[in-house]
Amino acid sequence: MSSVPDDLRYSKEHEWVRVDGDTAVVGITAFAQEQLGDVVFVELPEKGARVRQHSSLGVVESVKAASDVYAPISGEVLERNVKVIESPELVNAQPYGDGWMVKVRLADKGELGALLSPDAYRSHIGEESAAAGD
Amino acid sequence: MTDLKRTPLHDEHVRAGGKMVEFAGYDMPIQYPTGIVAEHRAVRTNAGLFDLSHMGEFFFIGPNAGAAIDGMVSSDIAGLAVGQARYGLLTNERGTIVDDVIVYRLADEEYLMVVNAANIAKDHAHVQAHLPAGVGFDDRSDEMSLIAIQGPRAATILSSVTDLEVREQSIEGLPPFGVTRARVAGSRAIVARTGYTGEDGFEVFVDNDRAAQVWSRLLAAGGSTGLIPIGLGARDTLRLESRFSLYGNDIDETTDPIEAGLGWTVKLDKAFVGRDAIAAAKERGPKRRIVGLEVTGGVARHGYEVMKDGTVVGQVTSGTFGPTVQKNIALAYVPTELAKVGTDLAVRIRDRDIPAKVVKTPFYKRGG
Repeated sequence: MSSVPDDLRYSKEHEWVRVDGDTAVVGITAFAQEQLGDVVFVELPEKGARVRQHSSLGVVESVKAASDVYAPISGEVLERNVKVIESPELVNAQPYGDGWMVKVRLADKGELGALLSPDAYRSHIGEESAAAGD
Repeated sequence: MTDLKRTPLHDEHVRAGGKMVEFAGYDMPIQYPTGIVAEHRAVRTNAGLFDLSHMGEFFFIGPNAGAAIDGMVSSDIAGLAVGQARYGLLTNERGTIVDDVIVYRLADEEYLMVVNAANIAKDHAHVQAHLPAGVGFDDRSDEMSLIAIQGPRAATILSSVTDLEVREQSIEGLPPFGVTRARVAGSRAIVARTGYTGEDGFEVFVDNDRAAQVWSRLLAAGGSTGLIPIGLGARDTLRLESRFSLYGNDIDETTDPIEAGLGWTVKLDKAFVGRDAIAAAKERGPKRRIVGLEVTGGVARHGYEVMKDGTVVGQVTSGTFGPTVQKNIALAYVPTELAKVGTDLAVRIRDRDIPAKVVKTPFYKRGG
């Protein structure tokens, strides 16, 4: 039962976005980290880097494999989570909390419309909305 | 999916929440809900249970069985006493590696050879092609299951459900690479103190129809104190930390035992298939060698290129994050002149050259 918090927007590639004014925090979902398994390495763009919606934002490596993280929105990286680079297991332990990846200044708030609502994401990962939240 | 083979323990894996993947034609658990890192740690600190029923079991019977195997395997099989096992290589006339195997002497005139699942058909043909007349050969791979219990608590747990046929022996008293017949959870079994994890541990061979019972009884005996089932993911991280070769990754029919760092398994003062080619390779000295790498800044994986000053010099054959050593570790073939411990190399990860250093192996040693 993957948790899908109600206050976030989601991409089909299993990233989440927490919007605050014209900035947004990005991470990967509980479902994504469950699929990956134990995360052992995280690679993220440096402060000042420009990311484009749907292009690669970084890489998370589990014991088994490397997976791209895609930017769910375009913008300039204001901060990357140094803690998650030092302790990649935070992605598993707190995907929506200390396991966040980057903070971005939104280039185009219109892009947010292309993201999934929590309900849409729940059905995307094949779950009943009632089962989420645990 | 439908033509994947299943071991007799398939239902147990699914019931335990195992994530099933294809491996060597079998539908096998890569991990359970606990996850690879937790499974790895359980084996290093407590105990873990492995389904290895996909592996192959060849029996050889007759007065010349030992000599016949000795003529096919690189190591000293003729010198095995009853109740002893030895690691070795099946090699071809070119002196390259057909498979890596363990040979167990079960009785005066009875031997068991355990082969890799992906190589069963190939090894079967290879063995038959080199088997002298008069030696009984019985490939029981489809009828036998193999359950391994590995870790510091393996002996205690296994002995609680085992009766040895020889009264004076005990599971705890079985030496490393010792093998004996026993009753495990009431079932006739072959028990050996062998494994692929770098920990103390045992491998238990039983008939397919007994496998589920032996599996459940072992889990019941050890579960309350931390014994958990282990998938192929942790099997790989455990063996790589301990620098055990994986056939198909680190060794295959393009590698010879010398460059693969397995010269210690080769007894050149006897006749066996490939002996002359291996002796010649040793005489020439290998052009490349397998080395251990410690990679800082990314995980090296099978097939990645090894770089020196921007030039491709070799290839990673196995790589992972090692949960016990807490480092990104890899095995790779590099030119002999770059194989010295301490040599600075790089691994090309996602188009960037990430620093890697040649280090001593094994990466992990029990009690060391």
